[in-house]
Amino acid sequence: MSSNNPQQSIHDSTAPSTDTRDSRIGEGPDDRFNSKLREAFGSTPFILTKFDKFMNWVRGNSMFMLQFGIACCSIEMMHTYAIKHDLDRFGAGVPRASPRQADVMIVPGTIVSKFGPRMKRVYDQMPEPKFVVGMGSCTISGGPFQEGYNVVKGAEEIIPIDIHVPGCPPRPEALVYGVAKLQERIRNGESSAVVVKPYELEQFGDLERDELVQKLADDIDEEDLVMRYNWADSP
Amino acid sequence: MSTGLERERPPVEVTEADLEAVIGDRALSRDDHLNAPGFVIRPDDVQDVLSDLKERAGFDHLSCLTAQQYEDRYESIYHMKKYADPTQEVSIVVPTPTDEPVSESAEPVFRTADWHEREAFDLVGIDYEGHPDPRRILLPETWQGHPLSHDYDQEKPQLVTLTEHANPVQPDHHEAESDTMFLNVGPHHPATHGVLHIKAVLDGESVVDVDPDIGYLHRCEEQMCQQGTYRHQIMPYPDRWDYVSAGLLNEWAYARAAEDLADIEVPEYAQIIRTMGAEFCRIASHMLALATFALDVYGDFTAIFQYGMRDREVVQDILEDLTGQRLMFNYFRLGGVAWDLPEPREEFFAKCRNFLDELPAKVDEYHDLLTGNEIFQVRTIDTGILEPDVAKDYGCTGPVARGSGIDYDLRRDDPYGYYPELDWNVVTMDGCDNYARVLTRMQEVEESAKIIEQCLDLLEDWPEDERDIQSNVPRTLKPDADSEIYRAVEGAKGELGIYIRSDGTDKPARFKIRSPCFHNLSALGEMVEDEYIPDLIASLGSLDIVLGEVDR
Repeated sequence: MSSNNPQQSIHDSTAPSTDTRDSRIGEGPDDRFNSKLREAFGSTPFILTKFDKFMNWVRGNSMFMLQFGIACCSIEMMHTYAIKHDLDRFGAGVPRASPRQADVMIVPGTIVSKFGPRMKRVYDQMPEPKFVVGMGSCTISGGPFQEGYNVVKGAEEIIPIDIHVPGCPPRPEALVYGVAKLQERIRNGESSAVVVKPYELEQFGDLERDELVQKLADDIDEEDLVMRYNWADSP
Repeated sequence: MSTGLERERPPVEVTEADLEAVIGDRALSRDDHLNAPGFVIRPDDVQDVLSDLKERAGFDHLSCLTAQQYEDRYESIYHMKKYADPTQEVSIVVPTPTDEPVSESAEPVFRTADWHEREAFDLVGIDYEGHPDPRRILLPETWQGHPLSHDYDQEKPQLVTLTEHANPVQPDHHEAESDTMFLNVGPHHPATHGVLHIKAVLDGESVVDVDPDIGYLHRCEEQMCQQGTYRHQIMPYPDRWDYVSAGLLNEWAYARAAEDLADIEVPEYAQIIRTMGAEFCRIASHMLALATFALDVYGDFTAIFQYGMRDREVVQDILEDLTGQRLMFNYFRLGGVAWDLPEPREEFFAKCRNFLDELPAKVDEYHDLLTGNEIFQVRTIDTGILEPDVAKDYGCTGPVARGSGIDYDLRRDDPYGYYPELDWNVVTMDGCDNYARVLTRMQEVEESAKIIEQCLDLLEDWPEDERDIQSNVPRTLKPDADSEIYRAVEGAKGELGIYIRSDGTDKPARFKIRSPCFHNLSALGEMVEDEYIPDLIASLGSLDIVLGEVDR
């Protein structure tokens, strides 16, 4: 059919042509394509739903991941994207290098003080709605490095996390399960509200004038963004 | 290309008498370590003594610099070796008083001392006089205190800034016609293999200056190891230094140092299992290096990346059968390994042999896809040149050094494990460029396969009643007080060394990690000067750094 001559009416049967498919599947009990839903549709491809619900469904099935490697877990994350485990099968495996194109950030590794503000910045650059999967024990509590002088005791100190996948590192199957759970929550419209974040980027000039701030006053510009780590108070 | 297991020219032995003659009366006293004779010198003699050792005694490899604090003094230890024969070692010990820890910088003699002394200042707090760039290296610039010194309070709050970075060469490159541009690469960037931050200055499209900014993954590994007991609590951490499946190689570094420190024997059977497991790790690690290098050069998750991952999966399956974990094996024990090969043994052997049988075809496939590709060759040949003497100056080791024609492999030159009994070659290339480094890794994969094959033969025929996997090791290990040792093994990226000082308790008093990636990365500036910015990315990829090991 040429698109230059628009067809005004349908002459033949309105049933979808299934010849090729039928011959490929062959005779048998396979009625995957003849579901009740399809029967209900008939020849009119319309469905009535709430727009929000539809958006959630779409969102959950098309998630762009941030290509974001931090530490050991990123090796297993790469294996999750690559063949054999292939996260893309579940509609959630397109790694994007830019945070502006991503919906989901998998945090794969230990967050240390120097990296904390950078991760916050990357998270802030992602467009709404955004979701975070914390991968590995380090993003839960600091993991094996919890007692380190430089280690942030869990990524949730800095950004809100929707799904925690425990393990050191979690197997790819575990990460696939975590992402599938996140998709389920998004589809059901249950993604988390923003939680209180103790560590925020602040302007240096806004900080309370304590001993530490006084000492650094010569080195740091008033306008500079800073993050303050209070190791004694963190869990 | 390959040199066989014997070096062509055995290097000249330097006896202790020769050393004493070279150092002369600058040696205040002796402080011998288990691995090497040690000489104590004054803080203002550092450059003199080091350059004499380099010029007159041939110690051209500053392997490591350990800084530590005692009750009454600070101490910097320069561990020196020879590229020609790493079993010849000497330690130069430089004590400095607690109230004024100032020592002369060794940077004019060895470029690699630059980063080492910055790290020593950052973590321990020793000042190096005459250092060209005395900044912090691992911790943020605004950090208060030196965490590995005795009076550090870990509970105190810290501030970290998120500032714009300024162009460091703006003033001296400010001409009417050419204008420089400052470019941040990282710390979140797909081509930095983790969280490296490169401050690059460009003139047009070529690189004028690069300053790798590390420390975004400084996980206090040395502190963690100093808090653990020798017997079991330290072994899990090495897996997490070089986390690209090179776990067993790293565990061997700790095992070797601690076994030599506490005088523990390892049964021969366990040595063969160790050798085999370590070479599997090397293959997995080099596969990832290749896959991500293709990712860097071609720029997307294309076929070669996926092929590399596919082959790694097979190796990881085998390692999982052997050790019980996919990535963080924790399989070595002091005095052996955790358990014997998995039952049924025939199945395990068959699985390994299947992998080895398929490997040549896969390597051919990589050559077809990657190294035979014209675009790839244009991108890599004659880019990122690292001359051998520059590589030595920066302490480069591993495939990076061997790609520059330096015939240096600790498996052969400082033998350990079962390597001396096996038949394999050290791969060296004379290209000095990105292409040579990639080819070196690919050929090392084949050499590793050769080693594994011989280990499998040995293991298959090993008599059933002689399968000792561990020797008797005391439940609580307490090496003699004040014994110090520095031992290195050939990790996936190069010479991975461990310095341990024991104070008579069951925990090390000082645990220092000499990471090969740290040195290899420090040479990046030399490799990319006046190259194009895409070659910067390719050079970085060909160094195959792992940030967990750079930052520790």
